Formats: sequence, structure tokens, C-alpha cells
Amino acid sequence: MKRFAPLMLIVVVMGLAGLAQSALNDYYQRVLSVIAINIILAVSLNLTNGYSGDFSLGHAAFMAIGAYASAILTLPARAKAVAMPDLPPWLAQAELPFIVAALVGAGLAALVAFLVGIPVLRLRGHYLAVATLGLMVIVQVVALNWQPVTRGARGISGLPPFTTPLWAYGWMLVAVAVIWRIVHSPLGRAMMAVREDELAAACRGVSVFRTRLLAFVCGALFASIAGALWAHLITAITPSSFSFLITFNVVAMVVIGGAGSISGSVIGAVLMTLLPELLRRVETTLAIGGQPLYGLSQIVIALMMLAVMLFRPQGLMGRRELPDVLGGRVGAQRAPSPAPAEAAGEA
Amino acid sequence: MLTPAYIAQQFINALNMGSIYALVAIGLTVVYGILRLINFAHGDMMTLGAYLGLAVLTALALPAWAALLIPMLVVGALGVLIERLAYRPLRGAPEVAMLITSLAISSLIQNGATMTLTAQPRPVRLPAELTQRVDVLGVNFAVMDVVIVGLAVALMIALTLFVQRTTLGIAMRACSENVRVTQLMGVDVNRVIAVAFAISAGLAAVAGVLWSGKFGLVDPFTGFVPGLKAFVAAVIGGIGNIPGAMLGGYLLGFAEVFFVAFTPPEVSGYRDAFVFVLLLVVLLVRPTGLLGAREVNRA
Amino acid sequence: MLSVQDLHVYYGRIHALKGISLQVSAGEIVALIGSNGAGKTTTLTTLSGLLRPREGRILFEGHDLTHLPAHQIVRLGVVHCPEGRQVFARLSVIENLRLAAAHRADRDGVARDLERVYALFPILAERRGQYAGTLSGGEQQMLAIGRALMSRPRLLLLDEPSLGLAPMVVETIFRVIEALRRDGVTILLVEQNAYQALRLADRAYVMETGYIKASGPARALADDPAVKAAYLGG
Repeated sequence: MKRFAPLMLIVVVMGLAGLAQSALNDYYQRVLSVIAINIILAVSLNLTNGYSGDFSLGHAAFMAIGAYASAILTLPARAKAVAMPDLPPWLAQAELPFIVAALVGAGLAALVAFLVGIPVLRLRGHYLAVATLGLMVIVQVVALNWQPVTRGARGISGLPPFTTPLWAYGWMLVAVAVIWRIVHSPLGRAMMAVREDELAAACRGVSVFRTRLLAFVCGALFASIAGALWAHLITAITPSSFSFLITFNVVAMVVIGGAGSISGSVIGAVLMTLLPELLRRVETTLAIGGQPLYGLSQIVIALMMLAVMLFRPQGLMGRRELPDVLGGRVGAQRAPSPAPAEAAGEA
Repeated sequence: MLTPAYIAQQFINALNMGSIYALVAIGLTVVYGILRLINFAHGDMMTLGAYLGLAVLTALALPAWAALLIPMLVVGALGVLIERLAYRPLRGAPEVAMLITSLAISSLIQNGATMTLTAQPRPVRLPAELTQRVDVLGVNFAVMDVVIVGLAVALMIALTLFVQRTTLGIAMRACSENVRVTQLMGVDVNRVIAVAFAISAGLAAVAGVLWSGKFGLVDPFTGFVPGLKAFVAAVIGGIGNIPGAMLGGYLLGFAEVFFVAFTPPEVSGYRDAFVFVLLLVVLLVRPTGLLGAREVNRA
Repeated sequence: MLSVQDLHVYYGRIHALKGISLQVSAGEIVALIGSNGAGKTTTLTTLSGLLRPREGRILFEGHDLTHLPAHQIVRLGVVHCPEGRQVFARLSVIENLRLAAAHRADRDGVARDLERVYALFPILAERRGQYAGTLSGGEQQMLAIGRALMSRPRLLLLDEPSLGLAPMVVETIFRVIEALRRDGVTILLVEQNAYQALRLADRAYVMETGYIKASGPARALADDPAVKAAYLGG
């Protein structure tokens, strides 16, 4: 019975997605797809930020890479001839299927992550956080300036609306399954060992650098897929689509759901998609003197994050997974919780 | 194009940018040195300083020196308050907790400003005596340019004297080596950390006023990218090291301005990308920075 | 002077001190001996306020230190000279010394104490402007002790002052400890060199895996066959 649980989950999720696609109106379909995309983002960010103990802020950058790559590769040649006349011929001719374009983008993002990871992941501390934010700025600047390919600030619009709930949830299942397998494989245990105690992990023969690099590259790969899905959902992208705001919200999903728990990231993603969706209506209805309260939903998210850090730093799920909780094995320990770091200047 | 006057002008420009980066980088490095916190809300202290400076100039119609002093004091105090409420309870928690908190505070400030002041950039008009242009040996610059460099250098000298000569300054340096042992000296490290945050936020506020004065605009995201770039400056100089932050600030100012000045327009648009590629190169080649010695393997 | 009652300390889930009680009277040198991991350093670290006990009380001359912040404990006169010297490498010798006296208001007293430190360790006077990181191991240990004296200790917690030092330097350090006793400083001494410690101390406690296993006059412990076998190499 237990062995078939994942299979049943897949059938149920895809069945519901199919049902949604045929029964719901565009708005709800879109919200559902955004949830799936955010789950991919949160679960893949969790690989670095939750499991291998690094702190990446690069998801907006990797999304942008996936979105632009997929947009350019799938846009019909006729449309490209008009919108991007200066494109190199091999790109101008390309009209790839969605799945191939998304995979090419993912490969590109993985390569970029690899190149950034080599200098940064050798270092301890949170250099990765700044370097990946820097990467976000680099990607934005390139998207803004590489006119012949990206159309600069005008962005690319009129993308084929490939992203349906079926596509979104299909990819989501792939992402969750792959990352679940990674986390519960020797590699995943190596990641957690690195997180808990790098020196001890190295002594046990774990290649610390390679493990951290792999987690980072893998996270980038799925972020890029999410970016492609997002581009073909909204059907228009500009350099400013992939800003710090997106990265911040994905970080919020992981932190609030519980870094180090895949089900936590899923829950965080669902919550952090629906909540701003509701709050956005409040922003416009609560308008004071005709002035909408833009920023309110982000303020609420920021306050939630502050509250989580102060009162429940392990997030909603901690490091437990949903089956542990539902199966009554609440106390089951997946990973040793770290001894509280010795108080630096505790007073 | 490459006349001596043009080069001299770029030189002045670079000194300006470098002065501001240095002021911001010092604040990052001081806090990082003690708490190992990369303070992502640091750039937002610049933004707050810039808004406050604007308010002092326009709403209160006070003279220019007040537009520097008041933001420095108010934002400095705010820095202390934030430390007390948001960071101090997290001391002893994993380092990443404070980092996440700083991200949340940054978002809070950016969106708070958007909500109350709108995202619309506001023009910052300086008093006429500051915008007045001077011509010295064919090199043309504004009085403001001199004010920026002069003020930054004065503040850096004052800070250096404070850190070298006073017991509180010695305690700050001691804390950046080892907070625990500093406590064993009878030093109240909470006080030291509060002072560090006051200095950090106060200098960022001044930098924010200067920045908005130089570019004539302020919006809720004014400080974000300069704050990140200041981190690059701090890394170049050797993070945790105050003279290093000053050196890194000026080096970055020169690198960035000269990149823009001496590349064709289709390349110079990549200036921000250039800065962060520089960061990656520094991390690859010399992660300890120019003046830092022994940071790399400390968690 | 110092009374420790039933102290329990944890590192995360590791129970490091399992009910330690000990007394130190004014003017005494009390040694804390035991093998590595017995909890000696943990005891000192808890007394100085860097670690918090989960249970138990620490009383010093009528003050309850149990929940005081570390810097206030120093100001009451309980000064901890930590294991491994821990001088501030990027501060000069004089800055290290000044920092430890920064909380004192009696300028004359500070000046006198500085003179005393320079008299005890003339080498420090010679090197006063040098970065502490450039000193030799022995000189750093002298600086660590000198620094502790600048805080005007009435009870000095000395952790492994002879660890890793050349025999001649060790001799200097122990001579200084005796000089301090004559000046009326009370000392709680942790030493891996049990033989030296018992020779110097009035009384001693023997620790093992978080417990106090034995205690008594130092001379009696030095003659105790069990202690001899375990810590004095037969």
C-alpha cells in the first residue's frame, strides 16, 4: 500500500489539474498555475537554503534565464522577424516545442549557477547571498542592454500561452519527485551532513564543495523551469519582471514553511500565493483618498517573516515532512537538529 | 574626447562615487565584523536618510547642514532600535536568522515607503550655493562635489580617531575579533553593538542624502543597489576591516566611473553588471580582499 | 567567598555538568583537576556568565551571579582568564590591557595596576605598542594574565595557564600565581598539569565526566592512591 502512495498522489494531482483545466475559469486556472510554479520555486530553493545550508538569493535570476530562453526559442519565426529583426539566424529560425525550450533554459541556468558557484561556494559565510543578488542585477542588466535578443526594456510579449494547470502541475510533480529523491539519497544525506557540520562531513569523506555546488546547480535548474512556465502563463516578460521581490517571496515561502522540509515548502508556497492574492484586493479597496495602498501585501509578508524568525525560527513544519505528521510519527527525527550554536554575546 | 579636462572630470566623479560607497561600506563592515551579519537593510538606511534630508530641506526649510545632521541622528537612532528589536533576540541563533531578518526589514522599509510616499521618484533640489559650478584650470565641477568628498573624508577621519583612540573604539575592534572574550573584559557588548549600529546607520543616512543630492532624485528603492555595491566595496577591501572598506569604496568608485567613461555607450550600459562581475572575480582571486587577512574559513 | 550549588549545564542535548557544587574561601588557591572533557572549562565558563546553567546557583560574596550578564560578573571582581590565551591579536599590548580596565572608574588604581603588570612581566612593557598577535605563546599567556589583573580580580578564574608553554615560561607563570596569592587574590585554577596544580593549591576538586569525584586538601589528594593513579601518572 505504502509503495503506491506516491503513484496515487500523482494520479490524484494530475486528475484534479485536468479537471480544473476543463471546469474552472481563466482566473482560477491562473491562480492554480501560479501555485504550482511557486511550489517548484520554493522546493528548489529549499535545496540550498534548507538542506545544504547555503543561502541563495538567485531564484529571480535563474527564472529570468529560463523565461527569456524559453520565450526566444518558442516564439514563432514570423513574430520574431517583426519583434527581433536583429536576432542571429539560428535563433530567428528556432521554433522549439515548449518542453525542449524549457529544458534548454534549464541547462543554461545550471551552467550559470555552476560558473557562479565555483568561486563563491568555496567560501564559508553568506557570500552566496550577496553573489546571487549580484547575479540578479547582472541578469537584469543584460536583459536590459542586449537589445537584439531581449528587446531591452520593452521586453518580449505575445508569447504562446502554453502554461496550463496540467503543464504546471506536471512539472511541479517532476520537481518535487526529483528533489525528494535527492534529499533522501546519499547525496541528500551528504548535504545535511554539510549543513550540520562541514568539518565532520569532510572527515567522513563528503566532498563538501561538490555537494554544495550540486545543490545550488540543481536548484537553479528548477528555478529556470519555473521561469519558463511563468513566462508562458503571463505571456509577456520584461527585465523588471524578475526583481528582488520574486526572490524575496520565494525565500518567505521557504522560511515560513520550514527550511529543510519539502512539504513545508509546498505549504509555504500555497500560503504565500493565496495570501498576497487576497491582500491585493485589500490594497485597492482600502484605498485612502483614492490612493491604493500598494505595498501592503509585501509589508504583511515581511512582518510574517520577522515574526517567524522571532517566535518559530524553524517555520511551520520545521524539518518534518507531512507523512511524519499525518502518520503519527511526529517525533520521528529525519535529521539531527543542530545543537544550539554557542551564544555569541548572549546576554 | 579623451582630453585632460575630461579625464579630470571623471576623476572628480569617481572621487564622489567612491566617497559615498566608502561611507556605506564602512557601515556594512562594522556590523559584519562583530555579528557576521550581511545587513541587507543597510541600503535602505540610505533611502530613509535621503527622504529625511529632503523633508528637512523642503518641509522644514532648514539649511543644508541640518539636512545632513538630522538624518544622521534620526536614522542612527533607528539603526539602534532595529538592532534592539529584531537582531538582539536572534543572537546565538544560526547566522542565517539575522540575514533573513535583514531581508524582511529591507522589504518592510521599501514597501512602507511605497505605501506612504508612493513609488514615484521625488526630485531633490539643492540650495543654489551647492549647485553652483566652479571652473578650476578648465575642470568644471559643482560645489556639491567638493562637499561630498570633504564631508566623507572628514567623517572617515573622525571614525578612525574614534576607533583607534577611545576605549569604546578599542572595544569595537575587540568585538570584531571575539565577542565572547570581549565580555570577559567587563565590556558590555550590547552597548558596543548598539554603537556599531548607530555608526553604521548614521553614515548610511549621510551617504543617502549625498547620493540623492548628487542625482537629484529619491524613491523607495534608491539605496538598494548602492547598498549591494557597497558590499562589493567591503569585500574588495577585506570585509570586517574599516580601512579596507574605505579603500574598497574608492577603488569601486574609480572602477565603475572609469568603466562608464572609457567604454562605448553600448557597453557602458552594463555598469552594474560590471560591478558584480568584479565581485565574482575578487571572490575567485582574493576572497580575503586587499586588507583582510584571515576571514575565509571562519563560518 | 564563592559558593556553587548543584550546577547543571547543557550543550544542546549534551549534559555537560551534572550537579557541581564547590566552595572557594577568600585567599585560597583552589585547583580543579581532571581529564579532558571532565567539565573543568565548562565550570569556569559558567561561573563567568558565558554559559547559562539550567539548574543550580552561583553565589559570590552575597551576590547571585547565576543570571548576571558576563560583563557585570567581571565588575563584581570575578575575572576569567580563558583557556588558550585568547588575546586580541589585532589590538596592541597596551590596548589589550586598557580594554580590560575600561569599566573601572579609579584612574589611579588603573595606573598602579598597569605598573604592577609591567613589574610582573617586564617583557610586556617592552612590547606595549606591538600587536598582541605578534607575541610568542608565552608572552601571550603573560598578556592574558596581565589583562585579567587589569580588571582588578578578587576571584581569578585561571584556565590552563601552562598549556603548551615552554618549561621556563611555565615556571614564570606559576611564580606569578604565588605572587598573586600573597597579594590577596583568590584563585580557582584549572590545570591539566595536576602535579603542579596540587603543589600550588590549598584545596582541590577532582572532576570526571561532569561530576565532582573527590575533594579535599591538595596535599591529601596528592597522596591519595586513586588520584595518583588516575592523574599523577602513578
